Amino acid sequence: MSKIKPRGKVPKTASVDEIIEIKTLIRHPMHSGRMKDKDGKKIPKRIINKFLVKFNGKQVFGMDLEPSISTNPYIAFPFKAKKTGTFDFEWTDDNGDKYNMSRKMTVS
Amino acid sequence: MKQIKMKIISRRNVLYLLGGTTGSVLFSKYALSKPNLALNKIKEISKNAKVEEVDLFLDVPEIAENGNQVKVSFDIESPMTEEDFVKTVYILADGNPAPNVAKFSFTTDMGACSATTRMRLSKTQNIYLLAEYNNGNFAMTKSKVKVTIGGCGG
Repeated sequence: MSKIKPRGKVPKTASVDEIIEIKTLIRHPMHSGRMKDKDGKKIPKRIINKFLVKFNGKQVFGMDLEPSISTNPYIAFPFKAKKTGTFDFEWTDDNGDKYNMSRKMTVS
Repeated sequence: MKQIKMKIISRRNVLYLLGGTTGSVLFSKYALSKPNLALNKIKEISKNAKVEEVDLFLDVPEIAENGNQVKVSFDIESPMTEEDFVKTVYILADGNPAPNVAKFSFTTDMGACSATTRMRLSKTQNIYLLAEYNNGNFAMTKSKVKVTIGGCGG
């Protein structure tokens, strides 16, 4: 299995009150528990079930994912830039594994 | 002559006919009473509160060639202030093995209520978008997607 790796795109700079778009993608198989492997055995369910975004420690966006979300879940959402800070992204999967990423943004 | 008439409506044929009609009646009844899981889920989420059917912006393709990766995005007009904002948005699909697709939790820091993701669709079906406002109101919209190749695994 390929390595689970999060990626994200946040503008480095933004002006005050500008609504920016943040794009994230994590490489994850998202096994829905219904698919079968080559030998006809069911692959156990393993999906990313939670995605959280914090800005300077405060939660700003959250998403609960279900098996109906595609492989390598892509999530894009808006954010209103007010001050300089750091975004912390956190993905949690069914095994309880957490994948983290952080990005800085400067507001002028 | 008598024998031919007997053949036309024999006892066996009558039984077949009866069996056929009852069977089809039963089947149509089953088809009618098949529950719409997505609508049931909406009722469950809204706790039977009134859900207004309005025209929220839900962007899904009309025809999805590959059900494995169907882009879905929405944009709900809202000032996103402390007094008036969209708290939660649900995406549901009525033809998938499970109706829930995703739940988004919004905050006022975001400035706008929109998001994009990709989902799996097993067959041609309706996609529902349900928005919960901070004052407890609900709004929903639906859109049909035709799926050429399903994407939920065998």
